[in-house]
Amino acid sequence: MIEVTDLHKAFGSVKAVDGVTFAARDGEITGLLGPNGAGKTTTLRMLYTLMTPDRGAVRVDGIDAATHAHEVRRRLGVLPDSRGLYKRLTARENVEYFARLHGIDEGTIKARCDALIDALDMGDIAQRATEGFSQGQRVKTAIARALVHDPRNVILDEPTNGLDVMATRAMRKFLLRLRGEGRCVLFSSHIMQEVAALCDRIVVIAKGRVVAEGTADELRAQTGESNLEDAFVRIIGSEEGLAA
Amino acid sequence: MKAAWVVFLKEVMENLRDRRTVTNALLMAPLLGPLLFVGLTSIVISKELEKSEQALSVPVIGAEHAPNLVAFLGQNGVRVKPAIDNPEAAIIAQDVDMVLRIPAGYGEAWSAGRTAQVELLFDSSQRESGTPVARLRGVLSRYASQNSTMRLLARGLAPSVAMPLAVAERDQSTPQSRSGLLFAMLPYFLILSSFMGGMYLAIDTTAGERERQSLEPLFANPVTRSAILTGKLAATCTFAMASLALSVIAFGLAGPLIPSGKIGMVLDFGPTFAVTVLVMMLPLVLLASCLQTLIAAFAKSYREAQTYLSVLLLIPALPSMMLVVSPIKAKLWMYAVPLLSQHLAITRLVRAEGIEPAQLGLCLASGFVVALVAWAVTARVYRSERLAISG
Repeated sequence: MIEVTDLHKAFGSVKAVDGVTFAARDGEITGLLGPNGAGKTTTLRMLYTLMTPDRGAVRVDGIDAATHAHEVRRRLGVLPDSRGLYKRLTARENVEYFARLHGIDEGTIKARCDALIDALDMGDIAQRATEGFSQGQRVKTAIARALVHDPRNVILDEPTNGLDVMATRAMRKFLLRLRGEGRCVLFSSHIMQEVAALCDRIVVIAKGRVVAEGTADELRAQTGESNLEDAFVRIIGSEEGLAA
Repeated sequence: MKAAWVVFLKEVMENLRDRRTVTNALLMAPLLGPLLFVGLTSIVISKELEKSEQALSVPVIGAEHAPNLVAFLGQNGVRVKPAIDNPEAAIIAQDVDMVLRIPAGYGEAWSAGRTAQVELLFDSSQRESGTPVARLRGVLSRYASQNSTMRLLARGLAPSVAMPLAVAERDQSTPQSRSGLLFAMLPYFLILSSFMGGMYLAIDTTAGERERQSLEPLFANPVTRSAILTGKLAATCTFAMASLALSVIAFGLAGPLIPSGKIGMVLDFGPTFAVTVLVMMLPLVLLASCLQTLIAAFAKSYREAQTYLSVLLLIPALPSMMLVVSPIKAKLWMYAVPLLSQHLAITRLVRAEGIEPAQLGLCLASGFVVALVAWAVTARVYRSERLAISG
């Protein structure tokens, strides 16, 4: 469960996030939809405590991120915007490194790595150094790394960015699987189709504010548009920065 | 603390797999200093030996005017060469170091008991010619004083009449102190190897990690940034110390190759030297690692960090240059200045002069204080929000 209340963040005079409030529930996939530059990445960065909000609060499973950053990070699995790997380590070593930073014991690390490698279908790349990995292989490794501590809440920043059709389909199936396991899944995207296909709830962000929130049907009803794409355009007020 | 250990192990393993880092930090850096030092020292020493042992060859113009003088020169290790044309030009062109010219009136003046004159032509701006000119001048003045003694005795006078004052020179310089330049360079070579050894890790673990976009996911782990920094600094220091240790060992192996004994110079690269240098360099290595990481944290890219840190490599050369340009007497307070203290102490050690506990204590204490301040500043920068954000 992730709750965000009235988040603000400014860089100099630019208000990147200007009052964002929403909640992402367990066992649901929540999509953060918005054009490029709407403030999605900055919002997520405040969720996983990389940045401190100027104002507002973030609570994960009821724990305040401002006062208990470590406890919050323990409960979050994060696929950030920058998902660089260590190219001289193998995919498995990359995952193990983060597991050790979480303080997990070696026996559990082995079991979790095996399970994730199996779930993400990474058997053929696990023992290879990550230098020269394809975008899809890199994202898989980064996701395995983010989930190795078995977090209740999963945050993914544009998880399908740069993936081909097959990899995108695999990613969607994986997100649904995480939901099936009862986790709280929150991901950001600027791709409407994806959000419409996957999300139980959609939070639309534009210019640093939440401009609409609800299920796909609710959004359609709200705007009186039968087509979801038209509904989004109406909500955001322009077609700029959105992809079909 | 466990997290710092995890970071340390990963950084060391990852960098050991990088051929460029290993070549630079564990091969180039430790060998550069010893090779340069052995090479330069051998050249300097063999030149010195050549000069003091070699017979002086001097072209003499008008040798026929002074057969006795020329014979005396020959007996005193001066090889008299035939006259040359245009001696001034030959000296400026450095074809010869010096020329002795005996004027036609020499014999007449000598016989008449007047002061006879010979001309010694040389170029004092040529450092090379200094020793030979001094040697020839010495031979000439010995000839003069010998003859003046004989003339006085022939007139029944004591030689002391013409010599109211005798200056007895007692040169206290040792071959060690005369090779000041060489000794000024030695600490730089050692310090340089440690700076170079850690440099690549400092860049890779901060600027490199940000450029590869792995710093942001790393910071999303439930680990304090100071623990991450501690692990990274420890890895940087480990490579720096490894590089330094290899360099010290290389000096130990190369030391006997330097023909220092031939000019009576003592070079001590033994185990005491090695251990003391490693201990003394600890605070400096920590300070350098912090500074390198700090600078790499501000750089926008790997390349930019590399450029800045190459400039940082020149800083340890400052004490060397300073001491060459204006030699100073080492005072106790100087051992409290990091870099200068290592410099002075290494110089003492290699001259086998030993180092006092007070000097060593001051060097370590002040070194660690300054290094910890640098650490605190770096940790502060590491906590900043912008550090992780690439691009």
